[in-house]
Amino acid sequence: MPQAETPGSEPRSEQATEPGSEPARAPAIELAGITKRFPGVVANDDIELTVAEGEIHAICGENGAGKSTLMKILYGMQPPDSGTIKIRGETVELHSPARAIELGIGMVHQHFMLADQLTVLENVILGAEPMRALGRIDFNAGRSHLDEVSRAYGLDINADDLVETLEVGERQRVEIIKVLFRGAKILILDEPTAVLVPQEVDELFSNIRDLKAGGATVLFIDHKLDEVLEIADTITVLRQGRTVGAVKPDEVTARDLAEMMIGSELPKPDAGASTVTDEAALEVSGLRVLGESDRPVVDDVSLTVHRGEVVGIAGVEGNGQAELVNAIIGTAESAQGSIRMLGRDITGSSVRARRELGLGYVPQDRHQDGLLLGFSLWENSTLGHQTEEPYSRGPWLNREGMRSRAEQIKSQFDVRTPNIDLSAHALSGGNQQKLIVGREMVADPAVFIANHPTRGIDVGAQAAVWEHIRNARAEGLATLLVSADLEELIGLSDTIVVMLRGRLVARLDPGEITPRTLGAYMTGAALETEVSASE
Amino acid sequence: MNERFARRLVLTAAAPVSALVIAIVLSTLVLLISGSNPISAYLDMLEHGSKLETQVDILNRATPLYLAGVAVAIGFRMNLLNIGVEGQYLLAFIVAAHLGAQVELPPVLHIAYVLVIAMAVGGAFAGLAGVLKVTRGVNEVISTIMLNSVVISGLAAWWIVEWQAGGEISATGGRVGTEPIDESRLMPDINSWLEAFTREVKFGKELTGMLVVAVVVGVLYHVLLTRTVLGFDLRSSGANQQASHVGGISPKRMIVIAIVLSGVVAGLVGMPELMDAGYYPSNPISLLGFWGIAVALLGRNHPAGVAVAALIFAFLDISSGILQVTGAASREIVEIMKGLIILTAVIAYAVVNRIRARDEAAAAAAAMADPPAPPRTPPAPAEMPV
Repeated sequence: MPQAETPGSEPRSEQATEPGSEPARAPAIELAGITKRFPGVVANDDIELTVAEGEIHAICGENGAGKSTLMKILYGMQPPDSGTIKIRGETVELHSPARAIELGIGMVHQHFMLADQLTVLENVILGAEPMRALGRIDFNAGRSHLDEVSRAYGLDINADDLVETLEVGERQRVEIIKVLFRGAKILILDEPTAVLVPQEVDELFSNIRDLKAGGATVLFIDHKLDEVLEIADTITVLRQGRTVGAVKPDEVTARDLAEMMIGSELPKPDAGASTVTDEAALEVSGLRVLGESDRPVVDDVSLTVHRGEVVGIAGVEGNGQAELVNAIIGTAESAQGSIRMLGRDITGSSVRARRELGLGYVPQDRHQDGLLLGFSLWENSTLGHQTEEPYSRGPWLNREGMRSRAEQIKSQFDVRTPNIDLSAHALSGGNQQKLIVGREMVADPAVFIANHPTRGIDVGAQAAVWEHIRNARAEGLATLLVSADLEELIGLSDTIVVMLRGRLVARLDPGEITPRTLGAYMTGAALETEVSASE
Repeated sequence: MNERFARRLVLTAAAPVSALVIAIVLSTLVLLISGSNPISAYLDMLEHGSKLETQVDILNRATPLYLAGVAVAIGFRMNLLNIGVEGQYLLAFIVAAHLGAQVELPPVLHIAYVLVIAMAVGGAFAGLAGVLKVTRGVNEVISTIMLNSVVISGLAAWWIVEWQAGGEISATGGRVGTEPIDESRLMPDINSWLEAFTREVKFGKELTGMLVVAVVVGVLYHVLLTRTVLGFDLRSSGANQQASHVGGISPKRMIVIAIVLSGVVAGLVGMPELMDAGYYPSNPISLLGFWGIAVALLGRNHPAGVAVAALIFAFLDISSGILQVTGAASREIVEIMKGLIILTAVIAYAVVNRIRARDEAAAAAAAMADPPAPPRTPPAPAEMPV
């Protein structure tokens, strides 16, 4: 119930203490030794997390650092393999979201779960309807409780509006109220700013501060450093499934955070001599891609990748990289501008035409975009190239060709599998990735788009993927590399461009930058010396 | 290796066999509860089903069921649920019957002409649902259900009046339907093929020549799926539309192709009846489109599996006729059996798939030379390969 007792009146003083030294009161959440494995991946590895009562606590980390898994554990959606969870000092078993709600933990998902055709009130009470006799819904009780909740936390909403008429920010507020209505005192917000425009972010932050003032504890997941520094009382950083540390925002800079997120060691200098030629393989000019509600998500992007060159695209996720890649491979339409490959205009070409012209692609999400999980490995090593020799002749598949290619990929790219008849889902993530990289590489592409090519795979597989990209580059491959792994970008790229809010805002020489400076460019902090990236 | 192969084989057979056994056990329970003697009911059905004439009936029933099953299976392969086979085949049936009666071509040509019309009508009509889906995002389940209504209570009801054979309607309930195609231009029965192996088929039973067409359709379906690029595209797009799109397979194109192909095969479902009677009757054999869904489900969309499923259902449909004569049980028991078979099959397949996935994962894990998931201590980034 949100009839809030006054929150911990002086959370600030507590926060001034060192992370680790406990405040007098039992912390709202205390996780110790949380480990969660998935086949082939350790998503959470001995995680520690302490969230004080009444604070705004941000969980920060790159994609794949284990943030979402941790939140799912905390919300009872997945049990941890080991570790203990304490809520307000008491050890609990969280086996279902229902149990989490009982304990006063509520989650606001990144993707809203609202019924558009219902009013705010109906959405809020849905599933938690106050009842009158004979199974009738007591709307009056629901309304007055909703009013109490929104007043207590300063969340402004009109209970009778239809949800479909609401702005994104307002919908999010409804989601938050929904959780509070069920008595949550600990709110988990999963990347709440991902769907918002800047003004809406400001409003959300003021709502979050109101929540705190109303006595709630807020756990806030994000990877945008500036936002985290602005709103959080404490920041816990995760990297590769482990806790790196907990810091206070006034003790660190965005650079420090970035360093914690990506690891502090700098990559070895690029020993490979430049193989860049002056022969353009991929030319993007003035490209604009529209997103939902026709907002440009890629705007006026121009870049050229030459044969033998690796161009790295750096940027905080969600700044248009995915849409740029989709436009280049042809799964998204470009609203303006042109894309040329090997001198030919492919702006309006089908994906298949581009593929046949020699476009190789390693997608970011191998399960969604790269594999047919229920299909055999030899069928998977055909996908994307099925119209080409030796996979087929005219309209007929060439099964021998498909199988021999699969064998070739298996041995050349070290895909660990007993045979090529296995289904793709049986392989570990790293082996799946090697299969995909192998599939694209053996087709001898002219242009290679690598979208987070080493995300979520183990260290050995990662090194193998890098090596293949380097070798292909030496043979004249033009590579566009999108990655959140800054070392990877700096280590592999000949040129790095930075993408921010859909535009290329800087062009950098990887020989002269560190992950720190690159991180600063990515958040826009280093743009006082703006470099024009377009040619 | 051989042991593993044997295990795979057993797993493949396990699902349908266990489904059948469980379904029979449950049906037996139902029979017992309803106060019938299950043993004598089964024996009656088996005995009746073993007669040559009954088997001709079973094959005649299985032929359109199979075609309907393949039509649905083609859609399923692309993740499309074509509920509209019913409407597609009835429309194809009546249009082919009508147009077939308007011309007189040499017999072989005439048969081909009728079949092509039926396939074209089925394909075009199903294509409507495909176009609606890719241009307007209309779910094919909704659109094909609506289109079924358009045919069944709309077009067919109207056209049968419009196209009925003039003067041949008799007060005593003679032939009511579209103008008949001359018998010499219909597909002949293939009793002689059967008789070559057995004995003469009596009681005027005729084995439909469409059985041959159904077999050809099954073979073509298999070849299309497993041997052609288009088939690969279809299966791939059905399994993972997004990955396939990235792989150069246009999802919209595949949707339209799959649903049109589905409709083309659906168009043939009414042909056994047309080739037998020569006209579209006022009450054609119906519900084949819906049973086709069940048959495709039971047969796992596989050409041979669908054939087995069609035969099982046809056997149950036809051999149960004897129950009305002997009174061993109510004939409707077979409807319960069919339902139980589908239900148990769906469950059995899910279980077997899970076992198979576990087997494969174990095999892949064994193939990892080094121990899986090396501990990541400390979280130092990997060195760049140089």
